[in-house]
Amino acid sequence: MAYTVERKPLTLAERFYLPQILAGMKVTFVRIFRPPVTLQYPEERPAIPPGYRGVPTLVMDPNGREKCVSCQLCEFVCPPKAIRIQPGEIPPDAPTAHVERAPKTFDIDMLRCIYCGLCQEVCPEEAIFLQNQFSMVGYTRAEMVNNKAKLYELGGTLPDQHFKWDKKKTAEEHGNAH
Amino acid sequence: MNALIQFWSNLPLLLQTLIKGLAVILVIFPIGGACSLVERKVSAWMQGRPGPNRAIPFWFAWVPVLGPFLQKLGVFHLMADGGKMFLKEDPVPGHVNKFYFTIAPLVAMIPALTTVTAVPFGAYLDGAGQMVPVVLANLDVGILAVFAVSSLGVYALILAGWASNSKYPFLGGVRASAQLISYELSMTLSVLPVFLWVNAPGGSGSLSLFNVVQAQSGVWQGFSTDSLGGVWYVFLMPVSAIVFLVSLFAETNRLPFDMAEGEADLVGGFHTEYGSLKWGLFFVAEYAHMLVGSGVFVLLFLGGWNPLPWLPLFKLAGWLHLANLPIVLGLLSIAIFLGKTLFFIFVFMWVRWTVPRFRYDQVMKLGWQKLLPLAIGNLIVYAIGIAIHELQLGWLAWLALIAATIAAGWVALILPEKKATL
Repeated sequence: MAYTVERKPLTLAERFYLPQILAGMKVTFVRIFRPPVTLQYPEERPAIPPGYRGVPTLVMDPNGREKCVSCQLCEFVCPPKAIRIQPGEIPPDAPTAHVERAPKTFDIDMLRCIYCGLCQEVCPEEAIFLQNQFSMVGYTRAEMVNNKAKLYELGGTLPDQHFKWDKKKTAEEHGNAH
Repeated sequence: MNALIQFWSNLPLLLQTLIKGLAVILVIFPIGGACSLVERKVSAWMQGRPGPNRAIPFWFAWVPVLGPFLQKLGVFHLMADGGKMFLKEDPVPGHVNKFYFTIAPLVAMIPALTTVTAVPFGAYLDGAGQMVPVVLANLDVGILAVFAVSSLGVYALILAGWASNSKYPFLGGVRASAQLISYELSMTLSVLPVFLWVNAPGGSGSLSLFNVVQAQSGVWQGFSTDSLGGVWYVFLMPVSAIVFLVSLFAETNRLPFDMAEGEADLVGGFHTEYGSLKWGLFFVAEYAHMLVGSGVFVLLFLGGWNPLPWLPLFKLAGWLHLANLPIVLGLLSIAIFLGKTLFFIFVFMWVRWTVPRFRYDQVMKLGWQKLLPLAIGNLIVYAIGIAIHELQLGWLAWLALIAATIAAGWVALILPEKKATL
């Protein structure tokens, strides 16, 4: 809705303009002696707020087992198609053989990633998280693609509330499959 | 010391002048360069940033306290900037008029460095107790020479804008020329009262800037008109000082008036097509202009090298027993003068980072409709006032003048504004 902004007539000092400039100069002069509000970036880093969407990473559970089961939901949901997964089998003699599957390769092309966080949103295993790292640099395009090892290195271990696969294993051992 | 002075006065006059000129240029050029750094630093502080504080030569980083301190002050950015300017590729666009394109930055430097010759920067007492100015050429036409040469500076902008053969530089050049011509008038008119006051009627008049400072170096003689000799003209003629200062901002193309290089609407203005050293010359010329402009302001209105009102330099020399040491006294006077001038450079920057740019029509309106009538009215009032003072017409005449001034000011300034409320 249109409305009229009431304009007050200028006072004499405002019309002469110089007092107004002097008032402005007083403000800027006082500012000189205030400490700077900026960060000296490479040395000082900003405090990252919780919920920050940085570089997407893969995380392990507290037992050091990779959580991703290569369901490829993130690959499908990824809007810029930055994620490429090749699903792989877990060898039957591995200690984690009770887990469904694991990714053979897992690449995130950081030149395509738009940090939307949909992969984290969609992951049923809580295996992919957008964490605090915000600066990705590299000299070549190949360097900017994070492979599986790099993703786990960046992700580290996050606490787990569910231990879904451990529960499944104990259930199997007690004879009830589900 | 005496042998040195002897050697100096035995040098041929041409060589002496050449050395003096080079010495002045060697002072002005680095100050011009340093101003660019100070500008960045001052703007940063005003905006709550630390400003340039990175560059440091690796061997200087080992100096314990001084190294980090100078690094924080950004002193080495000065050298980095200068070095960059010198070593960078100097591209000449294909569509420019090469001759004028190349000559424009030089034309910008010439008036900036030429005006310095007529500006005295200090004074000392000779054996006879007379003040002698420290100046390259103590011209009798002083201020006229400064104005005449400094207004040549606009040719550089026009040449650069025209030779660039590109729309925005051309617009910048046109704007610069119109603006400089407009403000030249009020600038010249605003200093006339000063010279009317300095040159007593009947005597041989002089436009020398040294005489203006001499006229401001009186001592306190009680509450009488004799004490007026010691007062700085900024207090005696505030309107003149303000009009002159505002015109100076316009003449040096500083921020509230930098129409010629308004980044918002003209890319980079007249120097859009320039790069590396040629651009650097424009830059240094702007600061040299500012330096000379503030120098002239200090001489005309702030008592030149006199430390305080009613405390002229020779009095200070008497107190400090410097009267027989011309070199020390000369350096002291230069330091005082340079200090005041540099303060005004700071004021230039201060205003630049405070006031946003005017619109072009506002610049023209301010120049022609506000400052020019103000300067003319100011001249008339002071001419009559000085006549009353010299002819001793008494307090009734003063009263009439004040009443007439207030009435004229009301009619000219307040009344039309009242009608023109939108």
